[in-house]
Amino acid sequence: MAWLAIKMLVGDPVKYLGILFGVTFATLLMSQQIAIFVSLLKRTASQILDVHDADIWVMDKVTRFIDEAPALPDQDLYRVRSVPGVVSAVRLVYSQLGARLPHGGYRTVILMGLDDPSLSGAPTRFIAGSLQRLREPDAVVVDKAGYTYLFPNEPLELDRVFEMNERRARIVGICEASQPFTTLPVLFSRYSQATQYLPPNRNLMNYILVRGTPGTDQQVLCDAIEAMAQTGPRPLAALTREQFAMKTVNYYMESTGIPVNFGITITLGFIVGLAITGQTFYLFVTENIRQFGALKAMGVDNTRLVGMILLQGFVAGSTGYGLGIGLAACFFEGTAHVPALEGFGMFPGLLVGIALTVMAIVTLASLLSIRKVLVLEPAMVFR
Amino acid sequence: MSHRTVDLAARCRGLVKDFVSGATAQRVLDGVDCDIPFSAMTLLVGPSGCGKTTLVSLLAGLLDPTAGEVMVLGTDIGRLRGKSKVQFRGRNIGFVFQQYNLLPALTARENAAVPMIINGAPRRRALEKSTELLERVGLATKADALPKNLSGGQQQRVAIARALVHDPRLLLCDEPTAALDAASGRTVMDLLRAVAVGPDRAVLIVTHDSRIYDRGDRMIVMADGKVTATLEEKSMFAGHEQTGAT
Repeated sequence: MAWLAIKMLVGDPVKYLGILFGVTFATLLMSQQIAIFVSLLKRTASQILDVHDADIWVMDKVTRFIDEAPALPDQDLYRVRSVPGVVSAVRLVYSQLGARLPHGGYRTVILMGLDDPSLSGAPTRFIAGSLQRLREPDAVVVDKAGYTYLFPNEPLELDRVFEMNERRARIVGICEASQPFTTLPVLFSRYSQATQYLPPNRNLMNYILVRGTPGTDQQVLCDAIEAMAQTGPRPLAALTREQFAMKTVNYYMESTGIPVNFGITITLGFIVGLAITGQTFYLFVTENIRQFGALKAMGVDNTRLVGMILLQGFVAGSTGYGLGIGLAACFFEGTAHVPALEGFGMFPGLLVGIALTVMAIVTLASLLSIRKVLVLEPAMVFR
Repeated sequence: MSHRTVDLAARCRGLVKDFVSGATAQRVLDGVDCDIPFSAMTLLVGPSGCGKTTLVSLLAGLLDPTAGEVMVLGTDIGRLRGKSKVQFRGRNIGFVFQQYNLLPALTARENAAVPMIINGAPRRRALEKSTELLERVGLATKADALPKNLSGGQQQRVAIARALVHDPRLLLCDEPTAALDAASGRTVMDLLRAVAVGPDRAVLIVTHDSRIYDRGDRMIVMADGKVTATLEEKSMFAGHEQTGAT
């Protein structure tokens, strides 16, 4: 009967293509939009997730997301170092500031000032230059996308200079870094160098990067750091890398219209896909209603007919899903080198989620039609 | 001429069928008694609305009687329920419909194989058998044609092959010649006689088509939900035609 069901489905190419179009369209729209949405939100936490040599980020308790962290006094660094289970605690300054370019242009950049001795939080993948050169005077490392943002259509070249806060900065390395949400260039320098670029302030360090002893439960260590901070002049928050990334993502989710905007598009993809698929499937069954009646008369019971229709839905759904995912993959492959979309792509959870959603669409579409077949009186074939 | 039960493919006694719509019930069959013997082609005639379609639907187990008994091949089909009724119908009864009801996506060979596939036969065996049947109905050269590429007469022959492919003992035909010209109609009737009538097999044909009356062995005449006559002699069929069965 599976053979018969599939023959009936593909035997009407116009309707079959209509159903495929609906499913493919829904799959493409939903998968592409969700992938962009998730990738975009992930970018809000790029600079957190890029740091692999620290387990825990310590910050002022009032910090809501990475770009909004009050400065901490050095005293807090020493207090954190005193917590049992902490192997290392180093300072990090994360800030945005202006860069004056040689041709007179001006760009806002993200500056990450890394602990001088350890360079903890530094990038690991270099396209040109090296991390060691960061110890040179006026040295900064810039991410590749940021370099093209600073110097559009120019070849990657080391030792180029520009100014930040009227201080000279020299590019000694070009690295791979995850794009930030704002697509601003990400610069890395020594902490002592960063203090030269940033406006003068009593305190500049706004994060403390912590590593615990191997095998230490990170959450337990976070709790210990926060408990220690309760006794100090100001409360601190200690979050694992993933927790801080999620906190930042949640801030953007709650404080911007991005989820609503994407949500509407994704919902539209679902509704349009369901509408096209449902309507075409319904027409397909309606136009074959006499044939279904004849099958009933010839000995096909309702259970088998339902099975046939669900199989038709499954085949159309699977094929449309494959096409839609394929088109979405082509889109991301084709835009892989566009800076604004760099790093965007689908992930296994998305593929599974979309597959389940598509199956829900074809099942709903099938159910609309199944009712008509279930109540079909087989005696109608004699009328 | 009377028939013992064992010689009968189907037998109805006191058959009543009401169609209920809201608070009102319309009696379509009102105490029908009739016999469908083996080895014969029985014609069921009568004016439109007299209950022919309802009677054939009851014989096929597509409707349940309000009262009375419908014995088909020794089984009270009116008492069968659910899957057992569907399976009984699938194994023992073949159908030829006025509108053919061929599946447009399937070739003639595949269409003819459908009842065997429904009954669980392997597809290859079903296709072999359907090819044999198509040869018997003279459509061997059209076996791979889609219904849209066949004439009305050819489609009806495919439908006959489909109706017979699983060796049913009772063949129910609904106006099999209504959509055909006279020559094609006679060809179809001759074909039905050749391939469907035999010992332990019976054919019941619902028809308005007086051009084919001479092809039948017996005639059951209905009017107003009742069997008004059962004619056993061909000579009487023509008289019936003159009295206006329709």
